[in-house]
Amino acid sequence: MMSLSTEDALLTMTINGEADLLRVRSTLRAAAQYAGLSLTAETKLVTAGSELARNIVRYATHGQGMASIERLEGSSRRGVRAVFSDTGPGIADLDEVMRDGFSTGGSLGLGLPGSRRLVDEFSIDSAAGGGTTVTIEQWAR
Amino acid sequence: MPDDVPIIRMGQNLLVTLQGNLEDTTVEQIERAVTREVARTRATGVLVDVNGLSMVDSFVARVIARLVAMVRLLGAQATIVGLQPAVAITLVELGVPMAHVRTALNAEQGMARLRGSHDELVD
Repeated sequence: MMSLSTEDALLTMTINGEADLLRVRSTLRAAAQYAGLSLTAETKLVTAGSELARNIVRYATHGQGMASIERLEGSSRRGVRAVFSDTGPGIADLDEVMRDGFSTGGSLGLGLPGSRRLVDEFSIDSAAGGGTTVTIEQWAR
Repeated sequence: MPDDVPIIRMGQNLLVTLQGNLEDTTVEQIERAVTREVARTRATGVLVDVNGLSMVDSFVARVIARLVAMVRLLGAQATIVGLQPAVAITLVELGVPMAHVRTALNAEQGMARLRGSHDELVD
């Protein structure tokens, strides 16, 4: 199992299969605990990360992409940022995929809109043919 | 990945324990194994203990909901027990539809519910 040690402020991992979801979850959990997130905030962050990493496995070209998990130090609090990126087909209509229930893959269509509800900060950058990058942040209260 | 799915038979009921950081394929294996066991043993109730899951994302939730529906089609009742509070909050915010899934706080309460529903069936 990989985890963030005190020396690793930033950890980048490749995603190219289902097994990598476990690594993303455990790394996010370790980062959340280091940042002092509440158990609820931690659970939400890990769940959002699992959704976003699965999106890469399901929808990116060859199911490949990257996840970067970074510790954040604010003036009075700590947080975690996670960036999920791929060079896949991209998303032509972002409004459409951010709507509950939209899916091209036979899923519940909750991955992106659901993840946005689970974290403090959420941004998505994508264009048709240009890959997709999703950034999430969760902060300790 | 566990080769043998943790299913315990308790009289007319089956107790299934989900725990740890599960791969998607493992979750689907468990789903298949449980439906097979329900048919084989003619169990009337299934308790799915999820207390050992520290995360349930939309995929895992969907498989659990599907398992409940399949068990019902086989003529048995399934109850989800032991959902951790942080996981419950996350599922609600994620928006996973779980309204049709019967839940109980713990295995003991879940077992009592299953007994209760058997009585209803007998009546």
